[in-house]
Amino acid sequence: MGIEEKVPTGVLLTTVEKLVNWSRKASFWPATFGLACCAIEMMATGAARYDLARFGMEVFRASPRQADLMIVAGRVSQKMAPVLRQIYDQMPEPRWVLSMGVCASSGGMFNNYAIVQGVDHIVPVDMYLPGCPPRPEMLIDAILRLHDKVMAEPLGDRRRRMIEARVERDGPPIVAPGAMPSSYRFDKAKRAEWTKAVAQGREEQLRIQKWMEERANLSGGAK
Amino acid sequence: MSIGGTLKGFGVTFSHMFKPVVTEEYPEQRKPPAPRYHGRHILNRWPDGLEKCIGCELCAWACPADAIFVEGADNTEDERFSPGERYAQTYQINYARCIFCGLCIEACPTRSLTMSNEYELARDNRRDLIFTKEMLLAPLLPGMERPPHDMRLGETEKDYYVGALENPGTSAGAEHYKGGQA
Repeated sequence: MGIEEKVPTGVLLTTVEKLVNWSRKASFWPATFGLACCAIEMMATGAARYDLARFGMEVFRASPRQADLMIVAGRVSQKMAPVLRQIYDQMPEPRWVLSMGVCASSGGMFNNYAIVQGVDHIVPVDMYLPGCPPRPEMLIDAILRLHDKVMAEPLGDRRRRMIEARVERDGPPIVAPGAMPSSYRFDKAKRAEWTKAVAQGREEQLRIQKWMEERANLSGGAK
Repeated sequence: MSIGGTLKGFGVTFSHMFKPVVTEEYPEQRKPPAPRYHGRHILNRWPDGLEKCIGCELCAWACPADAIFVEGADNTEDERFSPGERYAQTYQINYARCIFCGLCIEACPTRSLTMSNEYELARDNRRDLIFTKEMLLAPLLPGMERPPHDMRLGETEKDYYVGALENPGTSAGAEHYKGGQA
């Protein structure tokens, strides 16, 4: 992906990989690319109440050369598409794209000739975030899932082959990187619960069950 | 002359050190959203475990983003998934399209489709954003049995609908209680 591809293989160890990935995810500077109402939520995420600075990404770079992550916030019109591609091309590798909101993810409710039906027609997307617009927690969740994916990224070709061989031998991990909701991933007990539920194929039911319990505590609703 | 003004400005900044912090520590502590927050959908169950969805497709027709796909099928005496004639054989919601407007909830005649407050929905591919019926169905609570099975709460589907106010199943909270709760 970046300079590490050129380094002779066998020199870098997993510790270095972890360090590199950690430094990448811990200063994940986004490029400003607000296109519509999603941008308002993106600004709210950067402000004091949700505070993206907690994750080392308080600077929304207006210059693509200094950015790692492009948050495509809003619907992309056909006329905007080449501009978006150019900004993406100007970003240095390694770079990531987060498609924020349903319009960027698939065109959303604008199924018409003016809107690009998903920004993945133009640039490769690493994380799709639904919602219209997504609330700031949803954006933080998507970013943290992306962090999880970045941490699992192999450093160099040799390491990639090693991981592929391991997947072939032992099968894929139970929970793929970036597949667990952040509020579960950051809580040890809930993380174990989620992993167990995924193994049984009932993780979505677990979520609903948790929500029903929470709501029953709040308002005496579902029993 | 400007030193006073500068100090005053810094004073405002400094005074914020003694004010309560407004930042929410999201991934560690999740503050519950408003009770009526439009989150991901639930396909509800009757108290005996039968599905509430009758496969009428009204939600799919109401959807402005065309995010819902329903395919109904007939219940038979041997295989009964919902009270009444029909059930949803296929039910999909495409969260890459859904705008969480809630028109499907308003359209649903049986309170089968309701919304939860769950919002952590990001995925790294579009396929995973299409939620199937298995993912949307409410969990089996104690006393519920996995369909297909016979109607346990009455002779006909009418008994289910008449009893819905007292015994709504998993859509409790979305109903209007006599006490005016929820």
